[in-house]
Amino acid sequence: MEQPSPLPWLIDRRRFLQNVTGVITGVLVAGSPLALLAPSRSWAIELGSLSSDEGTTLMAMLRSLAPHDHLEDAAYAMVVKGIDRKAGQDQALRTMLKDGLSQLNADGPFAGQDEDRRVALLRRIEATPFFQSVRVDNLMMLYDTPQAAALCGYEGEVFSKGGYLYRGFNDLKWLPDPPLADAGPLDL
Amino acid sequence: MPTFAFDDDAVTVIIGSGAGGGTLAHELTRRGIKVVLLEAGKREAPETFSQSPNEAFGMLTWLDPRSQSGDWSVARDFPTLPVWHCKTVGGSTVHWTAASLRLHEWELKPATTFGRMAGSSYVDWPIPYKELLDYYRLAEKRMYVTRRNGIPGLPASNNFKVFYQGAKKLGYRKVHTNYMAINSRPQDERSICLQQGFCVQGCKVAAKWSTLYTEIPRAEATGKLDLRVGAQATRIEHGKDGRVTAVLYRDAEGREQRQKARLVCVAGNGIETPRLLLLSDSARFPDGLANASGNVGRHYTRHTMGFVWGVFDHPVHMYRGAVLAGLVEDETVHDARRGFAGGYHLELCALDLPSFPQVGMPYGWGRDFARTIESYANMAGMLIVGEDVPRADNRITLDPVRRDRWGLPIPHLHVDEHDNNLAMRHHAQERGNMLYEAAGAKQVLFGPPPPATHNMGSCRMSADRRDGVCNSHGQTHDIPNLFISDGSQFTSSGSANPTLTIVALALRQAEYIAKQMTARAI
Repeated sequence: MEQPSPLPWLIDRRRFLQNVTGVITGVLVAGSPLALLAPSRSWAIELGSLSSDEGTTLMAMLRSLAPHDHLEDAAYAMVVKGIDRKAGQDQALRTMLKDGLSQLNADGPFAGQDEDRRVALLRRIEATPFFQSVRVDNLMMLYDTPQAAALCGYEGEVFSKGGYLYRGFNDLKWLPDPPLADAGPLDL
Repeated sequence: MPTFAFDDDAVTVIIGSGAGGGTLAHELTRRGIKVVLLEAGKREAPETFSQSPNEAFGMLTWLDPRSQSGDWSVARDFPTLPVWHCKTVGGSTVHWTAASLRLHEWELKPATTFGRMAGSSYVDWPIPYKELLDYYRLAEKRMYVTRRNGIPGLPASNNFKVFYQGAKKLGYRKVHTNYMAINSRPQDERSICLQQGFCVQGCKVAAKWSTLYTEIPRAEATGKLDLRVGAQATRIEHGKDGRVTAVLYRDAEGREQRQKARLVCVAGNGIETPRLLLLSDSARFPDGLANASGNVGRHYTRHTMGFVWGVFDHPVHMYRGAVLAGLVEDETVHDARRGFAGGYHLELCALDLPSFPQVGMPYGWGRDFARTIESYANMAGMLIVGEDVPRADNRITLDPVRRDRWGLPIPHLHVDEHDNNLAMRHHAQERGNMLYEAAGAKQVLFGPPPPATHNMGSCRMSADRRDGVCNSHGQTHDIPNLFISDGSQFTSSGSANPTLTIVALALRQAEYIAKQMTARAI
């Protein structure tokens, strides 16, 4: 099994040494967790395996697999970049992706279809290794983005802030507290 | 730290540095016994643990390929990762969630308690419960287990408050924040739990017991430990008298090394331990070492597992706090009226966001799936941990085709779930469903069993040498100076998370080995 990578698709200097095969661009939504960090709200990802069309198709597929209306395109674009990067190291994966994406576009651009149509097309290929590979990579990478964390209310690591001990691990107030005998004291 | 010579045949070689191997290394070295400890992984430390769940997974996990077959759902849901254990100094005590449960007396006598069960291969454990209990007490002191020896329980997290409310409304009586090898107060020169929720990524403040920073440094301090990291055992050699004499391994640079040994103890987790014995076949032992009875790799058990997720109207933030700090003990009984044999625990559980869709609900996609994930902050979670019925053909074998990077056959896992497991999982999920509904859940979801973290039984101990691989001390029936020192030696799974029992057995085994050495019996 390939080792999962944390967030290397954000900044990967090795990419500059490779040929650029495609580009996807967009604009960060106001209030995006990345907007605070990025120097500009415009974003672009350069692809090293997939073409711009393939990248766009893949992004539409990712959004159909995990349709979060309030999740901005930049989050899905990070997954496109992550998958593109994996494909750069794995010829078999690259071939599978290109074939699978081209099949999705067989009856006209997949990205241009409405959601019902896209879902119907995906249902047809649900059992294929291509679909499963993209689905699993999407799970792994999409929910590791700062935007998905913000959307789902996940605060992530808190070691740098001293843990949740004083940051709400027991702040639930809509149920009574269990008796001390079945829990334990806070060590202050 | 001493480096013992490759041809020093007075050393004990321990393979694997987790709960079994790490504890045994400390216990032997503090008695003056020279130990070479081979660990396939690297050495991390609280300072180097990653706070990215995906990165931590890549850093700590045993990712060498395994193949698999059988009707278990893991084959479908996690085709490339059927088991999840560690390859790092400290083994799976680095990523474990620290629930430290005892087996019950009746769980050590499953053949007697459950009676004849078609399609199972139960035998009773060859160890008297009273004796095991003594070592449980020692292990609990060593690991500073909460709710034992006067150590206070962990405080209630949000996730536990929901769990507790539902459990009490259902009428459960033994519900608490679990027996945890996580500091509820400063002790053992380690911090209290800061409720980070990052148990599985390695505890950054070492509040959780792990051989990485407890047993292993103490063993090093004796001057008798030679820990070799990046050292993967590939073969155990034997002499003309049939006793083992040396361990072949690949060092961190990939070179083959041969370490001579007086004694070899295998603690490579339930998959790699039987694999190594099978890889060590010879003209004298054509079916592998310690395999005269044909039991090496057989009777492989995990636990009957599954997740239950409750979705509520209000926030829970289950990821905040010690992951497994909650337990219902009431279902850990054998009551045939429930329609299955054996018992199970309901344990509090949380998954971080990146892991939740991968492990907690691994096959979803589309609108419903996305909506579920979006309610993550309002979710409470629990894990079912129950008896897994052993079957002779649920087993670890050598893959006939696929090879690892050293050209050795990769392990193949075959698991067909017994109907008893299915009945138990169904019962436990229903109870979990009722529990969360009693606490006010608007929706309850079930997650399938995750990749197996509790790997047991594949070199089991038995009173009769025809039924298993080793005796009650982990000493193999066939080869007196070859020992099994991890969960592979369990005769059955019971319903307790295995680490406490592994540590208790390692403490007991160390005493036995020291006595046998003094008596020149081994």
